[in-house]
Amino acid sequence: MNPQRAAWLFLTPALLVLGLFFLLPVIAAFVLSLTDYDLYALADIRNLRFVALGNYWELLHRPLFWSALGHTLCFVAIGVPLSIVTSLGAAMLLNSPLARMKPLFRTALFAPVVTTVVAVAVIWRYLFNTKYGLANYVLGGIGIHPVDWLGDPHWAMPTIILFAVWKNFGYNMIIFLAGLQAIPADLYEAARIDGASALRQFRHITLPMLGPTLLMVSILTVSGYFQLFAEPYVMTEGGPLQSTVSVLYLMYEEGFKWWNLGSASAVAFLLFMIMFAVTAAMLRVSKRGGEA
Amino acid sequence: MSPRLAKATINGLLIGGSAIALFPLLWMLSVSFMQPGEASSLPPPLLPAHPTWNNYHELFARAGMGRYLLNSLLVSTAITLLSLAFNLMAGYAFAKLRFAGRERLFQALLGGLVIPAQVAMLPLFLLLKYLGLVNSYAAVVVPAMATIFGIFLVRQYARGIPDDLMEAARIDGAGELRIFVQIVLPLLKPIMVTLAIFTFLAAWNDFMWPLIALTGQEHYTLPIALASLSREHVQDSELMMAGSVVTVLPVLLLFLALQRYYLQGLLLGSVKG
Repeated sequence: MNPQRAAWLFLTPALLVLGLFFLLPVIAAFVLSLTDYDLYALADIRNLRFVALGNYWELLHRPLFWSALGHTLCFVAIGVPLSIVTSLGAAMLLNSPLARMKPLFRTALFAPVVTTVVAVAVIWRYLFNTKYGLANYVLGGIGIHPVDWLGDPHWAMPTIILFAVWKNFGYNMIIFLAGLQAIPADLYEAARIDGASALRQFRHITLPMLGPTLLMVSILTVSGYFQLFAEPYVMTEGGPLQSTVSVLYLMYEEGFKWWNLGSASAVAFLLFMIMFAVTAAMLRVSKRGGEA
Repeated sequence: MSPRLAKATINGLLIGGSAIALFPLLWMLSVSFMQPGEASSLPPPLLPAHPTWNNYHELFARAGMGRYLLNSLLVSTAITLLSLAFNLMAGYAFAKLRFAGRERLFQALLGGLVIPAQVAMLPLFLLLKYLGLVNSYAAVVVPAMATIFGIFLVRQYARGIPDDLMEAARIDGAGELRIFVQIVLPLLKPIMVTLAIFTFLAAWNDFMWPLIALTGQEHYTLPIALASLSREHVQDSELMMAGSVVTVLPVLLLFLALQRYYLQGLLLGSVKG
């Protein structure tokens, strides 16, 4: 057997799986989004009609789609910077020569990342219970009135953001830590001799040296945060007053609760296009920033 | 700032941060041993007054937790083994075997990484429905048998294997399959462990797809079962915490045991090559 034939034999199982269960469904999703596939078509395929961009047109006129998109964008716009700042802060603490017992702290800070979203979301639901939750009890101790964290439309999304940051910041912390360790120590040494303050060292050495890492982490985190689903599903079921319905939550309900698979596919594709546009814009802005 | 103060601040912040990271998990463990209703009192108790295994007993005897635990183990193990085999073979082929269109095909695969998995979920559900696989273990296992990320990870690692090793074996008349099994696989062991623990944790924690594909309780994995239980038992915090412990503890222990490999994979995966 020559290497060329062997190569295709080695590739076949993986390519078959990816082609059949990923590529084909993605193409089918686009076709599906141009039809009115619903419960009737599910029962009898002859009820299927081609509606061209009708699903997209309808979605763009549905207030719930816009509010779901708004919630998701809010989650991304606040959650991602908050999570990145937390990760970078934690990584810098761990990287400090003054820090003790680093492996222990690193493991502790990273632990939430490997836990199951559903399980820890359930924990947070009780910690942020209005009446018996520890969060309100502690706040009560310093004289703050109980907050209806998950039952008040104004507080539900901030609570979910806080939860997501707690759950995820350890992941980027590890990547930043590796990035920080790769910065040559003599750069800081030279800066110190020149009398640069810690803040200036951070601005003129740490940030520029971390630039590529920062960009990559931002892009990965943004696309991760766009896929918000399990948190509202478990913690609020999209409520209160649909204030935590995300785009994926809308897709799930549309597709698997109401069985409007055509319109749900359109939701999925719109989300994909928005994610793509945001990522492309980030790359563009960073490139221009790099040239300047 | 004096060096001593700086040292105290940094270590103080690390202790505070670790406490925030770990507190919900420790609280979960503590409440899971409380009597029913004990956690719903003021002030919220931190430790059980009379520790009890009751909640765990209730979960396994009445709520079918044993079944869900087995389901999770079965599904995650199957996904890990199968995807490991397929990703290793493909990653090695992309790294070390020459064939026409290799680079273009690999670039196309990487391009697929920008498509969120959820886009494929609706037609995938229909496809599995026509195949008669919805609500079976296969519905969760089959689509996860190969991943672009896994192939990428193996390829990055396998590129470091010197070509001479394979050439020498070919001259000695060894077949390609034998070269892969006897020479390449032993060299890929570190990346195998990394990929295995990554895949296992991801499969164990996966939520959205199993929620869609598993429509009947008998096939529920732990996260799906827990989400469904938590909607039924909104008030029973002690029972729910025991359920969370059962769900989280296996992966947490696995991570602690193989931490080095996990973090290594995290870094390898985040460096685009």
